[in-house]
Amino acid sequence: MSPATPALSVSGLSMRYGEREALRDVSFEADAGELVAVVGPNGAGKTTLLSILAGIQRPSAGSVSRTPREVGWVPQQPALYSKLSVAENLALFARLERVADPGAAVERMLEQTGLRERASDQLSRLSGGNRQRVNVAIGLLSRPPVLALDEPSTALDPGQRERLWSFIRDLAAEGTSVVFSTHDVGEVWRYASRALVLAAGRLLFDGTPAEFLAEARGERQGGAGGGPGGGRGGERLGGEEGDADGDSAGGHGGGDFEDAFVSFLRARGER
Amino acid sequence: MISLLRKDLLILRRSRLMVALLVVYPVAIALLIGLALSRGPSKPRVAVVNETTPGARVEVGGRSVDVSAYATQLFNQVEAVPTATRTQAAAKIQSGDVLAAVVIPHDIAARLSSDVSQAHLEVLYNGDALEQSLVQSTLDSALAQANLGFSEQIQHAAAQAIGLLLKGGNLGVLGAPANLVGLSQIPSLLRRVIAHQPPGPDRAALERTLAFATFAAENLTLSKTVLQTISQPIAVHTKLLHGRRTPLNTFAVVVAVAVSEMFIGLLLAAGAVALEREEHVLARLLRGGIGARARGVLVSRNALLAEKVLLAAVCSFVVAFAMLAGIGAFVHLDSSRVPLWLAALVLAALAFAALGVSIGALAREVRAASLLAFLLSLPLAFLALVPSGSVGHGLYDAISAVSFVFPFKAALQALDAAVNQSSPGLPISLAHLAALVVLFAALARVGLRRLD
Repeated sequence: MSPATPALSVSGLSMRYGEREALRDVSFEADAGELVAVVGPNGAGKTTLLSILAGIQRPSAGSVSRTPREVGWVPQQPALYSKLSVAENLALFARLERVADPGAAVERMLEQTGLRERASDQLSRLSGGNRQRVNVAIGLLSRPPVLALDEPSTALDPGQRERLWSFIRDLAAEGTSVVFSTHDVGEVWRYASRALVLAAGRLLFDGTPAEFLAEARGERQGGAGGGPGGGRGGERLGGEEGDADGDSAGGHGGGDFEDAFVSFLRARGER
Repeated sequence: MISLLRKDLLILRRSRLMVALLVVYPVAIALLIGLALSRGPSKPRVAVVNETTPGARVEVGGRSVDVSAYATQLFNQVEAVPTATRTQAAAKIQSGDVLAAVVIPHDIAARLSSDVSQAHLEVLYNGDALEQSLVQSTLDSALAQANLGFSEQIQHAAAQAIGLLLKGGNLGVLGAPANLVGLSQIPSLLRRVIAHQPPGPDRAALERTLAFATFAAENLTLSKTVLQTISQPIAVHTKLLHGRRTPLNTFAVVVAVAVSEMFIGLLLAAGAVALEREEHVLARLLRGGIGARARGVLVSRNALLAEKVLLAAVCSFVVAFAMLAGIGAFVHLDSSRVPLWLAALVLAALAFAALGVSIGALAREVRAASLLAFLLSLPLAFLALVPSGSVGHGLYDAISAVSFVFPFKAALQALDAAVNQSSPGLPISLAHLAALVVLFAALARVGLRRLD
């Protein structure tokens, strides 16, 4: 995909549940290989946005450039059959996805997830982290250009989180456009190349974590400012630069980012 | 759909305890219901204290009846436990060895023979309402049977005497003249005598006697019928309005098979759909299937439901057919009707599975779905078995309406029609079941709109 053509384009998405507006005119784009974090408080509309990308819900208005078949979907809770083994789960979903060579796809995902030795183990015997890796692997069976993950690291311990994010970053490095939702602003700082800040269904910010930090600090020093669509940048934070504690090469800590996030939302009356 | 079916079969193979319970429990329940329906109440144990003198006889209608024979007739509906004294009988009741005791007093023969005083039996039992009811009804019935036996003997003796009066002969009563002329022979004898009599007062008197004898002979013949009517005033003649009389044991077979098929179909279908939701897989399978004509990314809702209905229907059909064929080895069932059994079992299995998937589509967990299916099954079975006239008119209408919108009664009628040729006919019941399949599949489709 050329740089001029985004891997994913979302335009004017709105979602209403009766009187309540869960999403209000949300638009953004994601390039191939980008790790886009969707962050915001509870009820911000993160899961609704990802559900629409995955084709689980139909938006009241707006459009998504990719069909649900082109978006790999990784739900928050592992969507797997606990009575089947790792390989059986992968093979079943490969056949359901109508993957050309299900056997090869299973082998590829066992290799990629590092679960070859646990291939014949039933899912019920796996740790939460390994189950989540299988969960992600199933979302990738058909090699989708876009992967949507709903809070993928919830309920994982720090070690499991680190291994999961390493796996996801490798996917992005191979060109998959990854959109993930999270409550953990530290993950945004460490792993995301772009951050979408949602609150009450509105997109308040779209840019790099560094841009977000700068905007939030500017607001703290100079009063309210900024607004929706703070601009996009190509600077990548976290990932390669960030360490396990969340400190980046630029000297900004995850704690700073979290403080900035809270003050950003406070300034807009969202917290 | 094939992949999903293989997956479900694999899961079932790995859930052996659940599968065993799913088959054994419904079959056990069904057999218990079948036994309860096919067997009458067992004979209650009753202590019998016979205070009469051994060999005592009662004179009835000129015939002598042994009191022991009477007691045997009286107690053939209970399991009689001979007991020597009233005190021993009371002890047996208190210990629970017998339900009740019947005391035949020493003067029963004298009272029965007296023609003026009524004979009495004494019944002793505990205060338990159920036991009272059972013993009372059994003994009432036994007493009625025994009284009927006496009445028939009296009627028989009277009829013999009337016959002798009509035809003539020896009465066999001490002091009665031998070779009596029968009343029916008197009119012809009188006619011959009158033919030789000149007109006059004697002839007129003979003619009046002839008229009386003719009238008496004709009406005495009628008295036999009258006696029979008195001994049994109401005779029951049964007439089946439609269909064929279903023997209780084959109806019990049909009930047992229908109950098994319902349990398996309902529980399996409900559990299989609920499992997809419990494992959080439903959204993954059905995503993209939004909008009137959209197909899901992995499977469509219709394909998912069809797979679950097929799985549950095939499993419940196999068990139900095996039960029917197995029972057929012990109870006579018309094997030429096997194709009709198959039709009824297939449609019933599909209807139960469709109801099951609609329950499963509502529930979030397998346990909740199974509980809901279980809670629904038993009342449906019992409601369908409530006979008309046993409850109030309005209540029966309500029961009929509930039974109509669920598949158990329709399945029972279809199976009964297929096995026993009962009414309503098989085509009507099959059409009813087919309509219920469509109805519950549509409800399940609505239930699957929610993917979380």
